Amino acid sequence: MSTKTKTEIASMIKRIELISGESLFKCYQCGKCTAGCVMADEMDISPYKVIRMLQLGLVEKALKSESMWICAACFACRERCPKEVDLAKIMEALRVIQIREGKPLIEPDQVDDKVIEEMPQQGIVSGFRKYN
Amino acid sequence: MKKIGVFVCWCGLNISSTVDVGKASEELKNYPGVFYADDYKYLCSDPGQELIKKTIIDNKLEGIVVAACSPNMHESTFRAAAEAAGLNPYRVEITNIREQTSWVHSNKEDATIKAIQLIKATVEKVKKSEDLFPQQIPLTKKVLVIGGGISGMTVALEVAEAGYPVILVEKEPQIGGNMAKLSETFPTLDCASCILTPKTAEVGRHSNITLMTNSEVVESSGYFGNFTVKIKRKPTFVDWEKCIGCMLCQEKCPKKTNSDFEHGMGKRKAISVAFPQAIPYRPIINEKECIYFKTGKCKMCVKVCPVDCIEFEQLENIVEENIGAIVVASGYELLPKEKLSEYGQGKYADVIDGMQFERIASASGPTEGVIRRPSDGKIPQSIVFIQCAGSRDNQKDRPYCSKICCMYTAKHAMLYKHQVHDGTATVFYMDIRAGGKGYEEFVQRAIEDDHVLYLRGRVARVYEEDGKLVVLGVDTLSSEQVRIEADLVVLATAVIPSEKAKVLGQTLKVGTDAYGFFNEAHPKLRPVESMTKGVFLAGCAQAPRDIPETVSQATGAAAKVITMFSKNHLVSDPQVAKVNEKICVGCLQCEPICPYKAIEPETIEVRIGHTVEKRQVATINKGLCQGCGACSVACRSGAMNLSGFSNEQILEELKALCL
Repeated sequence: MSTKTKTEIASMIKRIELISGESLFKCYQCGKCTAGCVMADEMDISPYKVIRMLQLGLVEKALKSESMWICAACFACRERCPKEVDLAKIMEALRVIQIREGKPLIEPDQVDDKVIEEMPQQGIVSGFRKYN
Repeated sequence: MKKIGVFVCWCGLNISSTVDVGKASEELKNYPGVFYADDYKYLCSDPGQELIKKTIIDNKLEGIVVAACSPNMHESTFRAAAEAAGLNPYRVEITNIREQTSWVHSNKEDATIKAIQLIKATVEKVKKSEDLFPQQIPLTKKVLVIGGGISGMTVALEVAEAGYPVILVEKEPQIGGNMAKLSETFPTLDCASCILTPKTAEVGRHSNITLMTNSEVVESSGYFGNFTVKIKRKPTFVDWEKCIGCMLCQEKCPKKTNSDFEHGMGKRKAISVAFPQAIPYRPIINEKECIYFKTGKCKMCVKVCPVDCIEFEQLENIVEENIGAIVVASGYELLPKEKLSEYGQGKYADVIDGMQFERIASASGPTEGVIRRPSDGKIPQSIVFIQCAGSRDNQKDRPYCSKICCMYTAKHAMLYKHQVHDGTATVFYMDIRAGGKGYEEFVQRAIEDDHVLYLRGRVARVYEEDGKLVVLGVDTLSSEQVRIEADLVVLATAVIPSEKAKVLGQTLKVGTDAYGFFNEAHPKLRPVESMTKGVFLAGCAQAPRDIPETVSQATGAAAKVITMFSKNHLVSDPQVAKVNEKICVGCLQCEPICPYKAIEPETIEVRIGHTVEKRQVATINKGLCQGCGACSVACRSGAMNLSGFSNEQILEELKALCL
């Protein structure tokens, strides 16, 4: 059960729409994004379902999912969406909300030295842009 | 000062909840020229109309204002009531205080002020109103039907049966349209030819129907009841009068070419008839493919023809016809597969569209009804059907539902399973829209009895891997990604208007929507009429629809034509432009501006002193004029005036509003 009030949920939805610049309610749940998603198999909640949860106001549940971090931001979903909803931007908005609330996926001091050594610099920079 | 009556309608709560109707009528009572003012709950009701009639008679009113809903709704009601009370109907004006006031405002005080202002302006307009009288215009009782598919044929047969002559124009060499290409029809699975050919045969032999196939309408002029159209008759290179339909020419012709009728699924000869039951059963030479036209040699058809009817030198000719009404039944096409990049963009031979599947499933088709895939002729063991291919897709600029795909896909899957019992048929759908008699039951039969697998979700990609087609989709009900290897993929591509509809619309001056479907005059109450008087719509030219709905609509359009022809003359709206010849300088600025080509120059004789001089002025064809008023805006000298909306009336209205 949600611990938030109706107004709080509504303002969270608004915030996601504001950050992403996308309307969540344009999505008619055809699933085309998920059909062609390269990472969908790894996600605990399928991409189209992430939008569905937001439409239903289950924002907390959506934020608890790992899907947003698994999203590769390849934009294939955006290219194919018949309703022109940019799901990649919505995923980004969810990440941004987590990061702003101080819940990034990774902290720089916790990254293994070996990873830093082996990872190309560009990878490290873009990784931190996305996950921190 | 004229005696004017004002009636303010409550429209139940529609108006009265936002506009203080009592205050409005009270205030109007004191307005100069207003002899009577009152408000009433429903003026359009019988007692309401009686009140208007009685008030007009008792008070000898010379003009009335009804403040109510849009004039589109009840202007004719109130004008008829006034006419019954002896008042010229064109002395009745409507103030729209519902759509333009109560429905669009929430502040009652402000809305009331606005309503009062608008009513006062209309009172000023009515003060300048004049008696107007409709004119009788002659009528040619002959109809032109454009399109020889099931809708055009239905219209033609109905009107012809009522006893009026019909000209049926079809761009293809034979009638039957898309329906002639279909295998079987939902939800009964009866063969399309079996139900269509009795109709085509009847059209072919009906004494009231003049059939013009291989022809196109290229020009149209005139007006409601009196159109003149030019029809281009393209050359067939065969004298159809002489031809006996033995088809020896088709048999012996050495040149095979792609057949438009088979949608790339089969071949035809350079001289041929599209299909065995074609009406008229006469061959036509494909000029682009014929060996004689390319090289000047061959003439095999000439050699074998027993009646000597091949005419290589035949040219197109234009025929002119006078007609009274036009029915547009130009039909539909399918969105080209090339628009669907994610589904192979037409590069895989075994990704076909619905119409191509119809041809390979049709008994008279290239495979004689055996479902074989186009690439190698093998019988597919797995078929994937993709619905909404292009439809309901903003990205493809087709946000609408094509309406017929849910049903024909179920039919296709069923036809396949009836032939290949152990084959797999998978359908990707978004919603199953099976509204119609027996439709839902039909889809359930496909699922329950024929074990067609329905997966809810769109397909992301179709691609080739190791010589096999791979369909990448999703089943959103189980949240599972789905990867299917298919022998054949059938796309239920979006229904789009006929390619030539846009040009035809311009020729006939009939508007289309953003997608090219013809616009109806009213979406609910006038669905078979266009905005241009005398031009009616039938079938998929207006919107995607299936056969039963097409036939119903076509019958409706025919009824409209028959009603129109049941009168001996037509009555024109007197609210048209008129020229004040005394001040018209004959500059004819108005002529190119008129969208209906209703203005022409005329030379008149004027007396100046003792001499008579000739002078050019503009003149209006009252039948053509639709009363748009563009000419009166353009007129420099103020000679052009629109009756019922005259410059004086509009100025008075503006004065009342702004001064």
